[in-house]
Amino acid sequence: MSDKHSKHKSKYTADRMIPGAFEGETVTRRRFMTGTAHTAGALAAGAFTLPALGFALGPVFKSTPHTWETVGTASDFTEDNYTPVIVTLTAGIGEAGKTTVYVRKFNPKIDTDPYDRSSRYIAISSRCAHLGCPVRWVDAAERFICPCHGGVYDLLGKRVGGPPVRPLDRFYTRVSGEAVQIGPRFSVNSELRRFSPRDPGEPIDGIGQYLYPSRPTAQKP
Amino acid sequence: MPKLPKLPAPPLPSALQAPPPRPGEQNGAAGPIEQAKEAGTTVVDWVDERTSLSGTGRWLLFRKVPKGTNWFYTLGSATLFAFLSQAVTGVFLAMYYRPDPAGGAYESIRHVTNEVFLGQFVRGMHKWGSSVMVILVFLHMGRVFFFGAYKYPRELNWVIGVVLLILTMVMSFTGYLLPFDQRAYWATIVGVNINGTGPLIGPYLSDFLRGGGEFGATTLSRFYAIHMLLVPGLIVALIGAHLYLVTKLGTTAPPWQKAKERAELLEEEV
Repeated sequence: MSDKHSKHKSKYTADRMIPGAFEGETVTRRRFMTGTAHTAGALAAGAFTLPALGFALGPVFKSTPHTWETVGTASDFTEDNYTPVIVTLTAGIGEAGKTTVYVRKFNPKIDTDPYDRSSRYIAISSRCAHLGCPVRWVDAAERFICPCHGGVYDLLGKRVGGPPVRPLDRFYTRVSGEAVQIGPRFSVNSELRRFSPRDPGEPIDGIGQYLYPSRPTAQKP
Repeated sequence: MPKLPKLPAPPLPSALQAPPPRPGEQNGAAGPIEQAKEAGTTVVDWVDERTSLSGTGRWLLFRKVPKGTNWFYTLGSATLFAFLSQAVTGVFLAMYYRPDPAGGAYESIRHVTNEVFLGQFVRGMHKWGSSVMVILVFLHMGRVFFFGAYKYPRELNWVIGVVLLILTMVMSFTGYLLPFDQRAYWATIVGVNINGTGPLIGPYLSDFLRGGGEFGATTLSRFYAIHMLLVPGLIVALIGAHLYLVTKLGTTAPPWQKAKERAELLEEEV
C-alpha cells in the first residue's frame, strides 16, 4: 500500500539509511538528477515550441494601422443614391485586398437615427453581415442584396430580410480639401450605434456585443 | 475435361543458365538466378538481424480475422490509400505551386493545369481524390458504427478516428483556398466567418486563420502551411496510432455472426 511508505518512512534520507546521506537531506540524489533531466528537457522543448506558438499567434494581437483613401470629390456623390467606389483594405495582394464601398451624401431626411449625424458622407461596406459575401446595391428595389444566402438590406443598410444578424458595416468618412476620403471600418447595431468592427455573422445587439468581443486587430480609431 | 499437356518452359538465355556441374561434383556452381535469390535473402537477413523487423511485420500483417469478415472491412484500407494518393500527388503539386496572393498562386495553378505534362491529371487526382477521401472516411465511420466496432476495448480508436475525421475536414477547408480563384476566395471568406460565429473564441479564431483582422498577405501562405505541413504530419502520426490499435486489438466479427456453441461451455446447464 502507498500509505505504508508515507507512514513509516522519514522524509530525511539519513533516517532511511541511504548510503551517502547527510544531515537534513530530503531529496535523494537519484530523484534530484531525474528532476534535473526532466526540467532541462522541458526547457529545451519550450525554447522552440513557445516562440513558434507566439509566432503563429502573433497576428491575433497585432493592431492594423488606419489609412484614409481618397475616393472622389463632392460632385461624384448624391444624397439619395449610392455610388460604388473601390478601396484597398490590404495593400500588395492585388484584387484580393480590395473591396467595394457604397457612398452617398448625408441626407437629413433619411439619416435620422441619433447615432448617425456626424459625417457629411455615408459609406456602407459591401461585406454582407451574414457571412461576408459581397452585397450589391439594386437601384430598382432600393435594397442591398446578397447573392450567397439572400440577405436583404434597406437604404440605411439595416436588415430587412434573410439571415444577416446586424446592419451592414460602415466606414468613417472625412473631407480633406476637395477630396472625399474613406477611413477605417466600424460596425453598427440595429439602432445604428457605432461599435468597433466585428466580423460578419456576429450579432452586436444585447448580449451579442459581449459574446463577440472587440479584437486587438480591429479597434475603433 | 481431359488434362492438357503442360508446355515446356522457355529456355533461359545462356547468360542466366547455371554452369554444368564439374565431373565428380553432385551440384554445379550457383547460376546468376540462384545468386540473385541468395543476395536478396542475404540483404533481408542482414537488416532483420539488426532490427528484428520481421517479427513486427508478421505481427502487423499475418493476423487472425474473425469469421464473417467481408468487403465492408476494406473501407479503412481504402481511406488509407486515398490519403496516400493525396500525399503523393500533393507533394508533386507543391513542386509547381506558389502561394502568392498577388496573382502568382492562380497563375501557378493555371500553369500546372494547362502546360505541365500530366499536370491536369495529377491536379485532378488531388482535387477529386479529396472528395473520395472524405466519402470513404464517412463510409468507414458508418461501418464501424453500424457493426458496433467502436465498443470496448476499441473506444480510444474511435476517438482517434474522430480526430482524423476533423483533420480531414481541416485539409479540405485549407486546400480549397489554394487555387485562389473566385470560388476559392469567397468560400474561404465564408468559411472563416462561419468559424467566427462561435461565441467568445470565434472572433479570435478568425483572426488566427486569416493572420489578422482582414484577409491579408499571409492568409494564403498560412493556409498552405497548415495544408501541407502541419495537418499531414498530424494525420500520419494518428494513422500510425490507429493502425497500431487495430493490430493490437484485432477486428470485430460482424454483428450477425453468432458464436459457435461449444459443448464444454454448456456444462453448467447439464
